[in-house]
Amino acid sequence: MGLISNYEEVFAVILFGIGFSNLLFNRNLLKKIIGFNIMDSGVYLFLASMGYIDGRMAPIITDGITDAEAYINPVPSGLVLTGIVVSVSVTAMMLALTIRLYRRYNTLNLDEIYMFASRETKK
Amino acid sequence: MARIRDNYERSAAYRAEKVIKGEAEPLDFLPEEDRTTEDKLTIEKTVKESESELSLSPETLTETVEFKLYSRIYKALSVVVCIIFITSLVITAIHLPSLGSDLNPANNEVPERYVEKGVEETGAINTVAGMILDYRAFDTFGESCVLFAAVICVLILLKESDLSAAEHSDRQNEPKNDGILKAAASILFPVIIIFGFYVILNGHLSAGGGFSGGAILGSGMILYLLAFGFEKAHKLFNYKTFAVTVCSAQIFYCIAKGFSFFTGANEIETHIPLGNPGDILSSGLILPLNICVGLVVAYTIYTFYVMFRRGGF
Repeated sequence: MGLISNYEEVFAVILFGIGFSNLLFNRNLLKKIIGFNIMDSGVYLFLASMGYIDGRMAPIITDGITDAEAYINPVPSGLVLTGIVVSVSVTAMMLALTIRLYRRYNTLNLDEIYMFASRETKK
Repeated sequence: MARIRDNYERSAAYRAEKVIKGEAEPLDFLPEEDRTTEDKLTIEKTVKESESELSLSPETLTETVEFKLYSRIYKALSVVVCIIFITSLVITAIHLPSLGSDLNPANNEVPERYVEKGVEETGAINTVAGMILDYRAFDTFGESCVLFAAVICVLILLKESDLSAAEHSDRQNEPKNDGILKAAASILFPVIIIFGFYVILNGHLSAGGGFSGGAILGSGMILYLLAFGFEKAHKLFNYKTFAVTVCSAQIFYCIAKGFSFFTGANEIETHIPLGNPGDILSSGLILPLNICVGLVVAYTIYTFYVMFRRGGF
């Protein structure tokens, strides 16, 4: 019942779950970043579907109608905008750090990097 | 006797013998203050390299019993965590109010107020633009600061001190005098830039705004760089223009919105005309703020590309 009527939210949550399991199962740092971005997309889809109301217009005032009954909720749209900007910044930051790690240890595997790093701190 | 041995240890013959036997590095015998930091770094590096050769390599470490046990436990736990996490999220999503219903608790008096009073108070036809650049302008300022901080971090992390080496490696990937790309870019670049400015300038009238328009401008700049190479692109976009544009846009945003919030909080007249809603020159500060945000986003995207490709302007 709810599974069918809330299909967008359910799909957003599954997308989030796919990204999350990607983050946990992959040992490659680049694939972890891809998983992180899939999680972000799940959040955007969830926010966009929460703001949607059946049969209403996008929140751009047309023909001078300023009745709240005519437009969808503008707040989640603003939140998605914030989310996209922050995710772009965080992705660029993570990729730059990954490049530095690769130059230092010549590997993208998190376990190997962790072992190299722990051996360095022991000395 | 002791003095004779000390004298011998200071002599050149003793040092040469040590170096030949491989027990010491030639630099070890220099007085501390004579060594430059570079020498120290090379010594540390060689020591580290020899040590890491002696110790176990990661391939052998990943095959130890402890590691295998750890990875097995990790995988089992991850499966359990993922299944519990996804199931609980799906159950929550099923019990949420149904999609598209106006009885959704998110549709309360806040968005109602934004839609009903938005045109009157901000002068923007696009309610989302009015919301993010007027009611919640400091939130958007925070966003552009996040972008700025990310650019600074990438600049610090990926800055190449020696650009000529990077230039050499970059040459192999760069399209050299690609005729099709150049012809296409010379037609597309002006169109893309004009469209980007259109989206930015119409941010308060239609869908769009600083962020999306800035992304379009940034991709146009990247296309120009791809088609005409670094030398030509640097006449238009270089580190100096980046620093001046982004910093002045951020400072203007900060001062303009600080003024507007200060006067608003103290109930002083701002004397910023809201104009006729629907005109291109209307809605007070939203249009200049959109331009600021657009410039910041465009230069951010271009700088990300340049830094990841070559490590410097």
